[in-house]
Amino acid sequence: MTPDILYFDNAATSCPKPPETLRAMRRFMEAGGGSPGRSGHRLSIAAARVIFAAREALAGLFGVDDPLRIVLTKNATEALNIAAAGLLPGDHVITSGMEHNSVMRPLRALEAAGVALTVVSCSAAGELDPDDVRAAIRTETKAIFLTHASNVTGTIMPVAEVGRIARDHGILFCVDAAQTAGALPIDVGPMGIDLLAFTGHKSLFGPQGTGGLYIREGLEEGIAPLMRGGTGSRSEFEEQPAFMPDRYESGTPNTVGIAGLAAGAGFVAEKGVDAIRRREEALTEQFLAGLRDLDGVTVYGPKAASRQMPVVSFRIVGLDPAEAALKLDERFGILSRPGLHCAPAAHRTIGTAPTGTLRFSFGYFNTEAEIRTAVEAVGRLRAR
Amino acid sequence: MTPEETYGVLLFQSVSYAIKAEKILLAAGLPHKLIPVPRHISSDCGVCLRFPSGLEERILRALEGQVEIDAVHPLK
Ligand SMILES: Cc1ncc(COP(=O)(O)O)c(C=O)c1O
Repeated sequence: MTPDILYFDNAATSCPKPPETLRAMRRFMEAGGGSPGRSGHRLSIAAARVIFAAREALAGLFGVDDPLRIVLTKNATEALNIAAAGLLPGDHVITSGMEHNSVMRPLRALEAAGVALTVVSCSAAGELDPDDVRAAIRTETKAIFLTHASNVTGTIMPVAEVGRIARDHGILFCVDAAQTAGALPIDVGPMGIDLLAFTGHKSLFGPQGTGGLYIREGLEEGIAPLMRGGTGSRSEFEEQPAFMPDRYESGTPNTVGIAGLAAGAGFVAEKGVDAIRRREEALTEQFLAGLRDLDGVTVYGPKAASRQMPVVSFRIVGLDPAEAALKLDERFGILSRPGLHCAPAAHRTIGTAPTGTLRFSFGYFNTEAEIRTAVEAVGRLRAR
Repeated sequence: MTPEETYGVLLFQSVSYAIKAEKILLAAGLPHKLIPVPRHISSDCGVCLRFPSGLEERILRALEGQVEIDAVHPLK
C-alpha cells in the first residue's frame, strides 16, 4: 500500500492484507499451483490440503465442528444466493430493513416467483427489535435472513436473540456475516445460526474472490446448488453429488485465493477476534468522539462504538457526499465511500436515500494517528 | 527374508474426506499415502489412501465415526 493514502474503506474490502496472506498465495503459486484433488499427483494433493486447511481455519473461527460443513464460494453474495435457493414458492421469509442488496435482491426475485417476503422495519439508527421479528412470523414462515451488522451504519443486529426466536419456531436462520466475520465473535451453535454467509476479503483478510457458506447438518437436502459440474468426486455419475461440500462446489476453485483466505483466517485466529474487536472499537470510539465535537457534521447509526462495527456514516452539512469523498481523496489522500453502499433499504431506514452518506470504515491496521487526521480533514472540509 | 509388503486402499466419496483421513492418521502416527485411485478399482479421477495391509484394523478404528469410508480394497 502506498504510504501517502489513508484507507478508510475496509467495509468494502480490507486493505492492507497481512503479509501472511500474500506469502501463502505466492508460496502456493510458486510451488506449482495444482488443481485440488482432481488428479491425485502431489501438487493436486497439496492443493486439496490447502483447501482443507482453509475450511478448518474458518470452521474454527465460527464454532463449526466439521470443516466439511463449510462451502467455499467466490464471495458472500454467492453464499447468500445459495442459501436463498432453499426458499420455494409458498414459503414466507422475513428480513430486515437494513439489508445489503446481496440479501435483498435474491429475496425480491423470489418474491416475484411466489415467495412471500416481510421486511421488518428498523429504527432510524438501524436497530432491529427482535419482538418485531417474532410478530412477523406466520405458519408458513420458512426462514429469517438477517445481516449480522449493517454495512451502512455498522449497527450490530441482535443475532443471538433472533436466533432463539427462529429456533423456538422451527424456522431457518440465515446470517449475513460479510461485515462481521473475523471482526466480531461468531459461534453458530449458541447463536442459533443455521446458515452463515461470509466473505473472505474483508475482516478475514483473504483476497477478493473468496467467501463461503456454513450449512448446518441436514439442511443441504432442501437447498439446490446454483451450479452443477465437475467436482473431482463420483466422476462415474452424471448427477451432481448430494454430499457436502461437493454439492455446491462445482468447477476448479480459486485455490490461490483460498490459500490466502486460510492464511488470513489464521492471522485472525492468532490475533484473536476479541482483541481485534477491542482495537477496532477503540478506533471507532475515537472517531465518533472527534465528530461529536464538530458542528455541521451529522452522524447516522448507533453513535456508540460498543453497538456498531468500525463503520461510520455521516454527512457534512452543505456538501454532497460524493463531492466530499473526492475532496478527501484529492486533498488528504483519504479513501472513503460515498453513496448508497449497495444498501438502498438501509438508507431509506435511516432517512438518507437517495443521496446516501459518506462512509468511513476502519480496520485492524488503522492507527490512532490516522483517526486524528481523519477528524481533522473532516473538520477542514466543513469549515469554509 | 522379508515377505513382500502388501497394501490396501481406502476409497472416499471425495478428496476432502481423504484429506481429513490423512490428518487423523498423521496425528495417530499410522503410515499411509494418498495416491490416485488405481484404474482397476474405480473409474473415478480422485485420490485414495494406501496403507500397509497389516494396519487395516488399526486404521479403520482410527477413522471410525470421523470420516465416512466408501470402500476398502486390497491393492494388487
Ligand atoms: C452486509 C453485506 N452483505 C453482503 C456483502 C457482499 O459481499 P461480497 O461483495 O463479498 O459478496 C457486503 C459487502 O459488499 C456487505 O457489506
